Amino acid sequence: MSFESEQHADDYWKENLRMMLTLLCVWFVVSFGCGILFVEELNAIRLGGFKLGFWFAQQGSIYVFLALIVIYAIKMNQLDRKYNVHEDHEEPEEFEEALEEEFGQ
Amino acid sequence: MDIQTLTFLIVGVTFALYIGIALWARAGSTHDFYVAGGGVNPVANGMATAADWMSAASFISMAGLISFMGYDGAVYLMGWTGGYVLLALCLAPYLRKFGKFTVPAFIGDRYYSNTARTVAVICAVFVCFTYVAGQMRGVGVVFSRFLEVDITSGVIIGMAIVFFYAVLGGMKGITYTQVAQYCVLICAYLVPAIFISIMMTGHVIPQIGFGAELSDGSGTYLLDKLDGLSTELGFAEYTSGTKSTIDVFFITAALMVGTAGLPHVIVRFFTVPKVRDARKSAGWALLFIALLYTTAPAIATFARVNMIDTINGPDAQGTAYEQAPSWISNWESTGLISWEDKNGDGKMFYSGDERNEMKIDRDIMVLANPEIADLPAWVIALVAAGGIAAALSTSAGLLLVISTSISHDLLKRNLMPNITDKQELRYARIASAVAICIAGYLGINPPGFVAQVVAFAFGLAASSFFPAIILGIFSKRMNKEGAIAGMISGISFTALYIIYFKFINPAANVPENWLFGISPEGIGTLGMVLNFVVAIVVARYTADAPKDVQQLVANIRFPKGAGEASAH
Repeated sequence: MSFESEQHADDYWKENLRMMLTLLCVWFVVSFGCGILFVEELNAIRLGGFKLGFWFAQQGSIYVFLALIVIYAIKMNQLDRKYNVHEDHEEPEEFEEALEEEFGQ
Repeated sequence: MDIQTLTFLIVGVTFALYIGIALWARAGSTHDFYVAGGGVNPVANGMATAADWMSAASFISMAGLISFMGYDGAVYLMGWTGGYVLLALCLAPYLRKFGKFTVPAFIGDRYYSNTARTVAVICAVFVCFTYVAGQMRGVGVVFSRFLEVDITSGVIIGMAIVFFYAVLGGMKGITYTQVAQYCVLICAYLVPAIFISIMMTGHVIPQIGFGAELSDGSGTYLLDKLDGLSTELGFAEYTSGTKSTIDVFFITAALMVGTAGLPHVIVRFFTVPKVRDARKSAGWALLFIALLYTTAPAIATFARVNMIDTINGPDAQGTAYEQAPSWISNWESTGLISWEDKNGDGKMFYSGDERNEMKIDRDIMVLANPEIADLPAWVIALVAAGGIAAALSTSAGLLLVISTSISHDLLKRNLMPNITDKQELRYARIASAVAICIAGYLGINPPGFVAQVVAFAFGLAASSFFPAIILGIFSKRMNKEGAIAGMISGISFTALYIIYFKFINPAANVPENWLFGISPEGIGTLGMVLNFVVAIVVARYTADAPKDVQQLVANIRFPKGAGEASAH
């Protein structure tokens, strides 16, 4: 067992699940909610030349998907370190830095 | 230089590049061959994953499909990108920690059963062959239009190239060639989109031009103009679509879950050195994929407006056939466009009602787009190279999954456990060579139902692999009885539904007959739900998974101690 205690292992897994489920909720709301179920209602709102529902379905949801994966990768690395279960030989974190610059996370 | 020479030149240069990379990245061991030595940088792996994922269908057909479907096209856009969220959050890091080469290996070991492994091998091989036949066909179409060789020679040239780097280099050769192929295909996709966006709206970025005002001084938004044109011509409003909400919902879900369950996508996450690289890699992959997927709906809109304007003319009365632009006759010779002068006025007219005189295959929209917009010849040549890159990269990834499943999971693990690493590598090469020949044969003589079986592949992946893998990670107690019962019931239900509506009784394939109004394309979602329910119920009434397996599951839930992906 790589955790300090059973308790730590449970806490780590619970935090992981909580984060995963929160992000999956956003995933569901943006794609199935805004893009499909409530598309008619949102189409009443305009975003420049786009109807909002249509924009979510064909553009916005994809941007949100990308943001979700980035947030997950960053948060999980923090969680790994908090519970000291990250992998050895840390390397410079170009990925997080590059994406932080791009998305202002 | 004319288009012909330019195309030969650009396609030739890209081929030389792929072969050069293959020679440089020869595989020396099964470890190289299966997972590229497990040392691929996450950015490179993300690019390779993107190239692997974006097939001839994404490159050639998707924008065309959206162009003809309008809002409904969102099922592909969301379905084929949303799956990466599931992959990154629920699958990739755990499968990487598990550290095996293939999906059947995970299923077989997690469910401590060779039956489960064999079922998984069969599913993987079937799903991949379905795909690869379509890819080879895509190569053939591009060759026949742009290089003016017949489809058969086109497919054979494509086979030879894939053979060279897949058989020689295995995953290592494939991964680095795919990085190059990604660069070629994304340039080929973006360059014409940017040109057309500037011409039509004055915006450099197509994703913005898509929602901007037209630059003809009329002050109308592009999408409003298209909505207007569509309703005038008897089509549904472009931004509204025609499918029912429940069907859109289920198709999107089936494509998302299917994406997360496809073996050639999952195997990509075994090639990175660490668990955190697997998480990163999914992010990079989606970034590279999103570049194309957010451009596609813009291209779809530009192309549709352009096409309607060109055919129906500025006065919307039709254009005389003698004055038709050259792209119409170019594509007429491939049989993908045809014109029938119904009212005898010598003018072409395109509409969604009885006035329509044109038959236009949706597959030509991306390939013909630069010609429709009158772009320079080198752009047209670049698009040809991009289409070939997309088809080759995906075929190579699929062929690798087929050969690994056979040489590693079937031969090494089930049938001949005593073969050496060298022998296994030889079997892997033989298996991929045989697979290429079968794929080529299917590309030259496509079964009439290639397009229809694609729905099959996604439905199968969604209703078989996905629940088995998810339960294998998130439920320690899930046992082999539950998993096998779940996979079999999910697959059978989905397969029977699709076979009934697509092959046995296609006449009944209308919304009134569908179960809950769900089309065969979307039924994989219901199959997946069934798989979950059956697996959980059966597992409740049978013995829990053995202690050592439960320990194994506990162990894949955190990154520390992930070695390289290994065979045993």
